[in-house]
Amino acid sequence: MTLSQEELAEELSDGATTRVHSRLRVVAGRFFRSPQGIAGFAVLAAMFLLAFAGPLVTRWSYTDKDFTAFLQPPSPDHWFGTLQTGADVFALTLRGMQKSLVVGLLAALVSTALAALVGAFAGYFLGWTDRVLSWTTDLLLVLPAFLVLAIMSPLFGAGQWALFVVMLALFLWMVTSKVVRGMTISLKEREFIQAARYMGVPPVRIVFRHVLPNLSSLLVVDATLNVSAAILTETSLSYFGFGIQPPDVSFGTLIADGSRTATYAPWTFWFVAGLLVVTVLAVNLVGDALRDAFDPAAKRAR
Amino acid sequence: MRPVLEVTDLGVTFGGVPAVRGLGYAVRPGEVLAVVGESGSGKSVAAAAVMGLLPRGARVTGSVRLHGRELIGAPARELDALRGRTISMVFQDPLSALTPVYRVGDQIAEAVRVHQRVSRENAQVKAVELLELVGIPRPAERALAFPHEFSGGMRQRVMIAMAIANDPDVIICDEPTTALDVTVQAQVLEVLKTAQRETGAAIIMITHDLGVVAGFADRVLVMYAGRPVEVGGVDDVYYRPRMPYTVGLLGSVPRIDRQGGRLTPIEGSPPSPGALPPGCPFAPRCPLWVAACDESEPPLYEVGEGHRAACIRWEEVRPADAADLAGPAGTGGDGGDGGEPPAGPRERHRRTVLEVSGLVKDYPLIKGAVFRRRVGTVHAVAGVGFDIREGETLALVGESGSGKTTTLTQILELAAPQAGRIVVLGRDTSRLGRGERTAIRRDLQVVFQDPLASLDPRMTVHDIVAEPLRTHGRRQPGRRVAELLALVGLDPEHAARYPQDFSGGQRQRVGIARALALEPRLLVLDEPVSALDVSIQAGVINLLGALRARLGLSYLFVAHDLAVVRHLADRVAVMYLGRIAEIGRIDAVYDAPMHPYTQALLSAIPLPDPARERSRRRILLEGDLPSPADPPTGCRFRTRCPKFRGELTDDERGLCVQVEPDVRTLGEDHGAACHYAERRVVV
Repeated sequence: MTLSQEELAEELSDGATTRVHSRLRVVAGRFFRSPQGIAGFAVLAAMFLLAFAGPLVTRWSYTDKDFTAFLQPPSPDHWFGTLQTGADVFALTLRGMQKSLVVGLLAALVSTALAALVGAFAGYFLGWTDRVLSWTTDLLLVLPAFLVLAIMSPLFGAGQWALFVVMLALFLWMVTSKVVRGMTISLKEREFIQAARYMGVPPVRIVFRHVLPNLSSLLVVDATLNVSAAILTETSLSYFGFGIQPPDVSFGTLIADGSRTATYAPWTFWFVAGLLVVTVLAVNLVGDALRDAFDPAAKRAR
Repeated sequence: MRPVLEVTDLGVTFGGVPAVRGLGYAVRPGEVLAVVGESGSGKSVAAAAVMGLLPRGARVTGSVRLHGRELIGAPARELDALRGRTISMVFQDPLSALTPVYRVGDQIAEAVRVHQRVSRENAQVKAVELLELVGIPRPAERALAFPHEFSGGMRQRVMIAMAIANDPDVIICDEPTTALDVTVQAQVLEVLKTAQRETGAAIIMITHDLGVVAGFADRVLVMYAGRPVEVGGVDDVYYRPRMPYTVGLLGSVPRIDRQGGRLTPIEGSPPSPGALPPGCPFAPRCPLWVAACDESEPPLYEVGEGHRAACIRWEEVRPADAADLAGPAGTGGDGGDGGEPPAGPRERHRRTVLEVSGLVKDYPLIKGAVFRRRVGTVHAVAGVGFDIREGETLALVGESGSGKTTTLTQILELAAPQAGRIVVLGRDTSRLGRGERTAIRRDLQVVFQDPLASLDPRMTVHDIVAEPLRTHGRRQPGRRVAELLALVGLDPEHAARYPQDFSGGQRQRVGIARALALEPRLLVLDEPVSALDVSIQAGVINLLGALRARLGLSYLFVAHDLAVVRHLADRVAVMYLGRIAEIGRIDAVYDAPMHPYTQALLSAIPLPDPARERSRRRILLEGDLPSPADPPTGCRFRTRCPKFRGELTDDERGLCVQVEPDVRTLGEDHGAACHYAERRVVV
């Protein structure tokens, strides 16, 4: 070490160069630099705003029925038109969007988090932890999810959407968890994990700090897919009358009802379907951008 | 004599990025041309271009003439007829170059039958002959074995046998000995010489090891940034280099015949082929740089008979010993002086930081998936003992399979060993509680071999260096991280980058910074420079030497490269098959080794000095390392020992067969585990 460098080091410690270049900031910075990320994030934010602030600007609520307008096309009075019952499609769509967005995003997050945790812990600790966790995973894998959800549907009454989210998530995570477990086992042999162990980093922290971030590409893609999967599962459950119970609505019930009248009253179907497509698209954009932001090698690829 | 292979103005580009530019050479029958260069210099790509083995995306220009026949642009069928018959290749990794599911003999026979009209039986006979030629014992029997039943050195011999099967005129060897241990490397180089004698072929030897070149090649071509920068006879290039890069390369090679001290690294790192600097590509790293260097890329000047160099100031370039190149080259960010050579026999410090005695580690060999049963035991470490005093560097050297890495992991685990004792910083590891273990980890840090693998690719350099600080309870590591990065010669501004954005040498510096974060007292270095190029390696070795002097560190240094060890270590322990063969002060062991294994090991290391290399006599070991699952009785080395075979009487041999020798002290701080140890100068 030359003297000049030593001096440099001291100079640095005198100055206030305590800027933190931690991972969180770098990832956030990279996410918001990518046009995809900004677009996806903006659209998602707009959707949420529409879903939760929208009801304030229209004078109809989703339970109201306008007995002067049955199955009317869009007009200044009813922006998205009305249903056969006289219900306002705009108000209904917003209400359904609230449910679907929350259910879809939450279920996806919960299921991916569950998959990551179970898989990583099973793969990292092996032994008894692995046996217990893998057994649970296998058990849930063989349960017929749709049937269980259908049987439990009476429980998802008014205000029980949180339970619904948990149940949806509970049947989405198993396959990913198996993949995560396998990848963790191979990651565990890598030198940087060894390095952390020899440094004295506690095992649980190694899982969170080294194992999971290195699986982030997989997890982000999985979460993105799960959003669509959760929304679609909810939609199909609701279509069969199991999921969200009337008078509450969701994208699923709306699409189910709208599809019957779609040919001669397109407004009952196309607005909901369009918003569903836009939502899934935005989630995918965010997922892509997040994956690139997490992956340090992605910068050079483009 | 007319050249067999003539390459002129060869250029290769991958999607617009040039990998090889303006390469030209000619080889005559029986001549050995060495192509040297660091990774990324385009030497392997050039060889693949000559063979016509490049992927579709590559654009090849220029001309390659084999016996006057143009190969570039030749139809595939024509090339197929030439490849393997007139021109053949030996690859670096002999495991992936052999098909795992066919018998070795069949693979050689296939190579024969592709080009010659011979019957299956005759081809088999020829295969066995070839195996015998390359020195495989019991060739008829071994021809029926599969590749996985061969050791690395044996596989490389098979590859050579296949390469010479059709009596080619040119053999291209792409780093043929890089993946092998030194004693095996010496054997394989001998085989290559035999092969050349038998076939009279020209050999193009691609390598980064300047020692191998010195003893093996007639002419040398040095490549840098895809271009030849110096070409000439091996003596001319080694003793009268005319290109600063060659001078730097030769100056940065650690040598076993020189005492420790500073190496002369080349500053900076090679340019990326996509963004070459204007003018001479070496200009940014050159100690002789003048403004004119940046104007245009220098052509190859004729600087002597058959000796050309691409430098406009070639008349002023002097070998590193004569000119004081060390001055300007050393001022950069490479860690200044320090690492003083251990002058004379030094008094050893009294405090011990690490003590290992009688360490044993066995691994069970398990077979079967359903009914798992133990079929044997691998004795990875069988009774190893040494100690490290404060401020001292002990190097653990040995070939692969010698148990050095196992010893290391046993120490790093800080758990109770299977047998024996490990005392780290005065604490016996078998009596440690959880808290104490964490506390000791503060003082015991590790630097790994592959810097890219040991740094979490998803973490920024800041987070990586800060991790040990955070783990051991420091809240605001920002300032300390900047300090550490500056200490290892990195720009603290780069803390927000990921490890991928750094070059190999810089990554290893990050690894060192992380290891130093907690101001440890003992640093364990697991092959810290073996993954780096020579010019970069020198800088890291200097840094390690300087840090030890400044921070009062003790090093446990594990390496297979004995030359690097000589530059860094105070004491050395040579391991063979899980036991220590010889241990002692570095000068004592290197200058007058006593154990026959150490003697063979040292004599197998090629020196980057052509004249000495030609006059040296090697002690060639026969065969491979015995399996650690079934070590020989008595002395473990006796199956390969030249002394056992050649010098001892039958009575004396009895002792070797029956009694396993322990390390005996045979001089001041010098001991060997041999019943008949005697000093011998081999370097």
